[in-house]
Amino acid sequence: MKRRNLLATAAMGLLLASGGAFAQGMDKVKACFVYVGPIGDGGWTFQHHQGALAVQEAYGDKVEIQYQENVPEGADAERVLTQMALGGCNIIFTTSFGYMDPTNAVAAKFPDVKFEHATGFKREHPNVSTYNARFYEGRAIQGHIAGKMTKSNKIGYIGSFPIPEVVMGINSYYLHAKKANPNVELSVVWAFTWFDPAKEADAAKALIDQGVDVIASHTDSTAPLAEAAKTNGAVIGFGQASDMAEYKDGPRVSSIIDNWAPYYVKRVGALLDGTYAQQDAWEGIAGGEVEIGEITAAVPAEVKAEAEALRDAIAAGTYHPFTGPINKQDGSPWLAEGATAPDGDLLGMNFYVEGIVGDIPQ
Amino acid sequence: MDFGGINPVILIATLMASAVPILMAALGETVVERAGVLNLGVEGMMVIGALGGFIVAVETGSPVLGFVGGAVAGAVLSLIFALLTQVFLANQVATGLALTLFGLGVSSLGGQGYNGIKPPPTTQLLPDALADLPVVGPIVFGHDWVVYFSIAMTAVLWWVLKATRVGLIIRAVGESHEAAHALGYKVNRIRLMCIAFGGAMAGMGGAYVSLARVPQWVDGITAGAGWIALAIVVFASWKPWRVLIGAYLFGGITVLQLNLQVAGSGIPVEYLSMAPYLITILVLVIMSAGRKANGAPAALGQNFHASR
Repeated sequence: MKRRNLLATAAMGLLLASGGAFAQGMDKVKACFVYVGPIGDGGWTFQHHQGALAVQEAYGDKVEIQYQENVPEGADAERVLTQMALGGCNIIFTTSFGYMDPTNAVAAKFPDVKFEHATGFKREHPNVSTYNARFYEGRAIQGHIAGKMTKSNKIGYIGSFPIPEVVMGINSYYLHAKKANPNVELSVVWAFTWFDPAKEADAAKALIDQGVDVIASHTDSTAPLAEAAKTNGAVIGFGQASDMAEYKDGPRVSSIIDNWAPYYVKRVGALLDGTYAQQDAWEGIAGGEVEIGEITAAVPAEVKAEAEALRDAIAAGTYHPFTGPINKQDGSPWLAEGATAPDGDLLGMNFYVEGIVGDIPQ
Repeated sequence: MDFGGINPVILIATLMASAVPILMAALGETVVERAGVLNLGVEGMMVIGALGGFIVAVETGSPVLGFVGGAVAGAVLSLIFALLTQVFLANQVATGLALTLFGLGVSSLGGQGYNGIKPPPTTQLLPDALADLPVVGPIVFGHDWVVYFSIAMTAVLWWVLKATRVGLIIRAVGESHEAAHALGYKVNRIRLMCIAFGGAMAGMGGAYVSLARVPQWVDGITAGAGWIALAIVVFASWKPWRVLIGAYLFGGITVLQLNLQVAGSGIPVEYLSMAPYLITILVLVIMSAGRKANGAPAALGQNFHASR
């Protein structure tokens, strides 16, 4: 390199640095993904992996994808993350709530690696971003269908862990079921696992044995739908995380589809062209991260129309699933008439709304 | 007849079915350990059985053949363990753990393309007229054949281990392989057959998960059931009927705690969800307390070579 060029490059570099927005781009990015379950779970992890594949497709040779399945939440995750960071990953997506503390701990040691944590709220270091999807918007639509469809007036929800994410979904589901059918009662079962098909099936069976005929689940596999399918149409359910279309001719009447692809493509792209910045992303139906799977013919046409109208209103921003007046379970007021829930309240949600029976495990 | 919204008849009927995978795997492992071999690969054999059974059932359309396929798959995988530990005298603990990891990996690979398929249903064995009887109907007559098979196997193994020549030989090999060898028994050959039997039982237990309890294939479908089975064998002091009690207790309390949650009992969910583990261990430990030393086969986990 000639001296003149060197000087020019240095000047250019200074200019870029002072410009700020023109941070250094990258020629090639190694994007790594940490999964809590197997990519063949047909639900949560499957959808994240679809997002990873979309990144590969979008950028071809410019990205390298690496992923690890079945990483337990907790100390093991820290080991995996450290290995990935040492192994040359430029950006690491940790795709489960329980990776929150390990992600921040490892991020402190590798300031040059970007970390993206799904569904969490801690961004303790400048290289940690969080992203989530407003699943509660989809739960509102499921709740409406559940309220209209139940014959026994008993609806069920299989919870995984008592975290804000899940509590939010339960509240949204219940509020809209109640609005559609004032007599509805909700039973919540906590499975304390994200992925254990046999236990998820047992939980669904326990609900069905006690007269529940609409089941929503917040765990990762298709087992609750498989259990509902054994009742020959008496019990319906929803696809969770993925469309679960294989149960369309059976119990699945609609679904929430997590579509992570646009986000992953955007973030890796930002890293490639140098526009990457720390952020807290939380998109919903409007942003395309939450999709509502086809509502099947098992649902009467007018209920389907109402559900779709609800979906469109949420997408258009004219309706917020948590619009007051809403009281907390103990009767104390939460949202006043017409008020909508601030994001901070939702992300820290640790209470049931009025009408739900039972306690949230602490 | 309901207690707080829970029907005990349905509860018992459910627990009998939900305990089958653990019961089958634990019975198989009981025989393996009574022969002096510690095979920690139960989870791997179960998951490979779950996949093998699923593939065979889907391809042939016969759930019964599916269970046979599951048993064969589990047995084949266990023969790898047998080869390594009985022929090459590898460490049993390490080999067993590796077998679990291997089984999970192979099943994940082999299961590509089987996601989202529904297997042919495993239906109840006896006619509805019997299954519809009050109380005894659902509990005694309302099951599929595998439930009866698992109970029959408990009885058969108890009989074989306790009162037959074959059982005596297996126990001799497990208690003192030197003595058994001196008497002219082929220690490693007997152990190999026990390992294959244990693999077949674990494979069938796994197949019950993918064919009957959660009729579908997803990666890692057994989700740790093999480890529960291993623990139950130890806490049941290597006795078949106690294994049955342990499996039913574990399955029963798992089902019960979920039902209690649905019914809205006042018991905090945290206690409910740890109850299956705590109570099963507690009951089995109390049952075996106060007897002569816990009854572990004396040669458990030790390899044998005839040169000594």
